[in-house]
Amino acid sequence: MGRKLLLDKAHIENIRYYSTYRANGGYAAAEKVLKSMSPEQVVEEVKKSGLRGRGGAGFPTGMKWSFLAKPEGVPRYLVCNADESEPGTFKDRYLMEFLPHLLIEGLLISSFALGSNHTYIYIRGEYAWIPDILEQAIAEAKQNGWLGKNIQGTGFDLEIYVQRGAGAYICGEETALIESLEGKRGNPRIKPPFPAVKGLWQSPTVVNNVETLAAVVPIINIGGEEYAKYGIGKSTGTKLISACGNINKPGVYEIEMNISVEEFLYSDEYCGGIANGKRLKACIPGGSSVPILPANLLLKTAKGESRMMTYESLNDGGFASGSMMGSGGFIVLDEDQCVVRHTLSLARFYHHESCGQCSPCREGTGWMKRVLHNIENGKGKMSDIDLLWDIQRKIEGNTICPLGDAAAWPVAAAIRHFRDEFEWHVLNPEECVKRNYGLAHYADPLPLATAAV
Amino acid sequence: MAEEKKLFKVKIDNISVEVEPGTTILNAARQIGGDIVPPAMCYYSKLQGSGGKCRTCLVKVTKGSEADPRPMPKLVASCRTTVMDGMEVANITSPEVQEARKGVVEFLLLNHPLDCPICDQAGECHLQDLGYEHGADGTRYEFKRRTFDQIDIGENIKLHMTRCILCYRCVYTADQLTQRREHGVLGRGEHAEIGTYIQKALDNDFIGNVIDVCPVGALTDRTFRFKNRVWFLKPVDAHRHCDKCCGKTVLWMRGDEIFRVTARKDKYGEVEEFICDTCRFHTKDVKDWTIEGPRKIDRHSVISQGHYVGTVKPKETITDVLEGRQPRLLMDIHSVSEVNRPGIELSKIDGPAHSDDFKKDA
Repeated sequence: MGRKLLLDKAHIENIRYYSTYRANGGYAAAEKVLKSMSPEQVVEEVKKSGLRGRGGAGFPTGMKWSFLAKPEGVPRYLVCNADESEPGTFKDRYLMEFLPHLLIEGLLISSFALGSNHTYIYIRGEYAWIPDILEQAIAEAKQNGWLGKNIQGTGFDLEIYVQRGAGAYICGEETALIESLEGKRGNPRIKPPFPAVKGLWQSPTVVNNVETLAAVVPIINIGGEEYAKYGIGKSTGTKLISACGNINKPGVYEIEMNISVEEFLYSDEYCGGIANGKRLKACIPGGSSVPILPANLLLKTAKGESRMMTYESLNDGGFASGSMMGSGGFIVLDEDQCVVRHTLSLARFYHHESCGQCSPCREGTGWMKRVLHNIENGKGKMSDIDLLWDIQRKIEGNTICPLGDAAAWPVAAAIRHFRDEFEWHVLNPEECVKRNYGLAHYADPLPLATAAV
Repeated sequence: MAEEKKLFKVKIDNISVEVEPGTTILNAARQIGGDIVPPAMCYYSKLQGSGGKCRTCLVKVTKGSEADPRPMPKLVASCRTTVMDGMEVANITSPEVQEARKGVVEFLLLNHPLDCPICDQAGECHLQDLGYEHGADGTRYEFKRRTFDQIDIGENIKLHMTRCILCYRCVYTADQLTQRREHGVLGRGEHAEIGTYIQKALDNDFIGNVIDVCPVGALTDRTFRFKNRVWFLKPVDAHRHCDKCCGKTVLWMRGDEIFRVTARKDKYGEVEEFICDTCRFHTKDVKDWTIEGPRKIDRHSVISQGHYVGTVKPKETITDVLEGRQPRLLMDIHSVSEVNRPGIELSKIDGPAHSDDFKKDA
């Protein structure tokens, strides 16, 4: 049984409410921080813990916090990014639904560390019922003196506001989120200046994911050094993984980052294997934006080592044979799934969600979608595969925000690893609309790359 | 306290220039001038916050600065990236940049209707120039292009959204020049469009400037639409006393007739000073203007083609090649021709000439 830090109390009935949460050791971390720690000590503790951003990029949180500019007389803001819209990711929703007070406590500690007196939770528009849960938790916390003026007699003031988005994926990008929070059209800003210097209302701002901010609570509770003992190497602590697709037990799992992908996928404690006795074909280990991996590369790296559920191991091999941890949306495809169709649905998503501000993303995502649509429906040409490759290459890295990259990577990885399947679609236009390509050789063990002489 | 400002040394395509701190790479390149200036479709130096969107001005920073010589990992938008001391930038010397730019041009032209033959912007269109310099011969896009209906926004401005490349310049113009912005970008992604949401007239003393800042033919002057091609007109600098704006304009004339009035644009297509709508739309009588002289159009523009500035008489080359000797008549075709008979005077033939007229034995 893996150790848990975030969801260890999630099973307790009524943990959603303040009294139960408090009775089960809630707000102990906040108490410790407010009574005995300085903001610098909190930041130091988070740095020691090695906590990395859980939203997708995996940037060290302590480092991000220390970049925050602190000019005199200018307010600083903490914004909690709850705009979880990545297909395949639903961990923040689980946290907010079941443990709203954990987030509030994490926000309180982080706001104290960063000196933010107004903290915002920007929540995805489609999570229509969660703002009510959060508002209720905020009201309870306020009644019990954890929010408002002069919290617990320390002189620290904090108000937390919940702001609903209007349903745009792009507003999960931090600068677009800030624009949207300011009441404008959610177009990503051009960086620099970075939010740490000029963010919300042109003031220094830190934007963190829900899970990152919640993880601050156990870090304070057990200490940064103790937290760093969880996991392997630079992947410290625990991570919430939203497992979905063709598995026996889809759901949100908290894993300690020291288990292998194989264990996570097949053990009864987690996903419980592929559903209906099928075989594994491919998997996207970190949410729709990260590269897809065929079964043989998912379980073993190109070097033949077993792949672990860590930032480093999932990234092993780079784009050529690896993927990324991303936001932890673990999407599993069994042998009956069609990678072309799957890539099309992702391309359609990115086309729909592109903000239209910069030209490569605005025009390129639609183009990729249409070409993929042709291939999927048996109207593709062999040259279309190379065309797709060329389009994604021209989008990637040339856009304002990472949405362009996120749209390009799944297409690139699908062509890189599943080119045969694309070619089969082109060569068998009539068959491809009736049946799938099947597992083919995607689960065959890979020949070990021999060291170059 | 006239303290001397420290200037930053920047190298763009191996040409050094010293610029003030805070200058963008694009403006540093413009100080050098010439071929190394990246093209810009959305950046407009007179509009705050513009730029960064079209991605045509991407350049490679091969050395970040003297203090931190690491190259930047991605290509950067030169219009929004400020220079650092010791920065080295590659624009036309980097194949990667050229490749990326070609890609961006292809993306920009993907949904552009290419209706240049009927577009009023033709001849002074930045997208035409960009496509000519960096584009491919054909498109690889095999799908239907997106189209929109044309809208009259206001009495004098036509919005032809199909041609728009969403540079946001007109949005910034309305924001910064007029009291109230009444149009903006609606929708997202490919469906993003410039619009007024509920069709409303753009009516403001300075709103006509959106026509000048539009790099393509998406916003055109309704008082000029389809009246003439720009390269048939003679641009002259003129001014008048105007209590709203500077009154310094360019009149586009044919004979004594003023076809349209625009602001004065520099070689990057940016206006020197914005003008008001009264000057632009409602002052088209020569009597109202003091004409200063011909406008120099110094882009490689088709407008200059039929223009009287800078025309050069073609050189006589034959004598040069023959080292000073005059060309010599080698053979007179008439003397050997089987067809033409010198004895027959063509003007004497009755009606159209016929082969019978030239028959030898006739």
